[in-house]
Amino acid sequence: MFSNFDFDVIARSWQYLFFDGMAFTLMLTLLATIGGIFVGTILALMRLSGIKPLEYFANFYTTLFRSLPLVLVIFWFYFLLPYIGAWATGATRPMQVGAFNSALITFTLFEAAYFAEIMRAGIQSIPKGQTAAGYALGLSYWQVMGRIVLPQAFRNMIPVLLTQTIVLFQDTSLVYVLSLTDFLGAASKVAQRDGRLVEMYLFAALVYFIISFALSRLVKVLQERVAIVR
Amino acid sequence: MKYNWNWGIFWEQSPEGTATYAQLLINGLQWTIVTALCAWVIALAVGSTIGVMRTTNSKWANAFGTAWVELFRNIPILVQLFLWYFVLPEVLPKAWGMALKQSPNAAFYTAVIGLGFATSSRVAEQVRAGIKALPRGQTMAGTALGLNTAQTYRYVLLPMAFRIVLPPLTSEFLNLIKNTSVALTIGLLELTSRARSMQEYSFQVFEAFTAATILYLVLNVIVVAGMRMLENRVAVPGYTVGK
Repeated sequence: MFSNFDFDVIARSWQYLFFDGMAFTLMLTLLATIGGIFVGTILALMRLSGIKPLEYFANFYTTLFRSLPLVLVIFWFYFLLPYIGAWATGATRPMQVGAFNSALITFTLFEAAYFAEIMRAGIQSIPKGQTAAGYALGLSYWQVMGRIVLPQAFRNMIPVLLTQTIVLFQDTSLVYVLSLTDFLGAASKVAQRDGRLVEMYLFAALVYFIISFALSRLVKVLQERVAIVR
Repeated sequence: MKYNWNWGIFWEQSPEGTATYAQLLINGLQWTIVTALCAWVIALAVGSTIGVMRTTNSKWANAFGTAWVELFRNIPILVQLFLWYFVLPEVLPKAWGMALKQSPNAAFYTAVIGLGFATSSRVAEQVRAGIKALPRGQTMAGTALGLNTAQTYRYVLLPMAFRIVLPPLTSEFLNLIKNTSVALTIGLLELTSRARSMQEYSFQVFEAFTAATILYLVLNVIVVAGMRMLENRVAVPGYTVGK
């Protein structure tokens, strides 16, 4: 069945695939996860702040992004960001944002909506008595959140946050629609250059599978650890 | 920095023959809905089967179910679609491969099968969770009544399990609708793809994307409301599920 296939194409292109493509994918995943958790935590705090306008905003934000396909959001930001940049800097021409920055901002803001829901659950999993105890000791809101609630919320939510990171890792393949050279983009470019679609896409699937599968095993281990500590 | 808004663009003729841009978007919405519905049928059928297999005592059924879920969950959907679209016709016998490639609606069939199978792994997880959430006594009661395994699942376990997992299944269906947009990469002319081509032809990028955004939001609201109604209709009195 594979007699007329040429798997040598992988050996010829692996440096490009991994040093260009996978490096881009991992960089985007890592930065968007950090940014997404940061923005998501702020959204979760807004949602639970008890201040109506903030609550409405956070609610609107998460509902909007969770209702839209990521592909559409990628297109939105790709065309919108140059205008926002120009508006912010007062320039008369659309700003050059750059494909990587555009993708990074898109994924950060999009995944923030999902991370926000996770962090909200995490914050709500901390017993009310702890917050009350913090205030009784005279701590401010930020001290209570920063020193008591959020560290525990993060800890409890690490497995879920990591699961969402795996989703994010797989989602980054969608930058293909902007013709960026992430891992899939690199595989696809080699595939079309050498006419080796079958080999390259099978290989790409295998690599994505191995990484996602390994990470999901890690999540299982972490889940048990977190459970035992509690 | 100025952008020239032109909301009248929707009623202008598109370069693609006789339709206006609005009609093209609506046509895209229809493909989104049809693709999502067809894929959902596959996802439900396959996913329920796999989910049930993972709750049986058979070692082989369990192993197969686990392998299925892990396989489809750990490969990005875009890559899965490429495998179905570019790779499958090449590894099949020549005649079949040619038939697949020349089929006029290849993108649609590929999207339905690819998205259906990908979603089936998620449905399987939900169905399994639903069955596991039932008290063990229910299986025993079924056995005590003289039902065999298939009958126990059909008349005792599954009716309750599906009711329990209706809310998570709703969000899986919403995810599936959103994921149909990934199929634009293999040439399916669904809503996002139509918005994109409207932007390319008319340069009214924000009008096109705003319209698509609103249509997705409306679709979401309708699905959520429909599933709420279904939940209320099938709710078993006295057995409050999740409320």
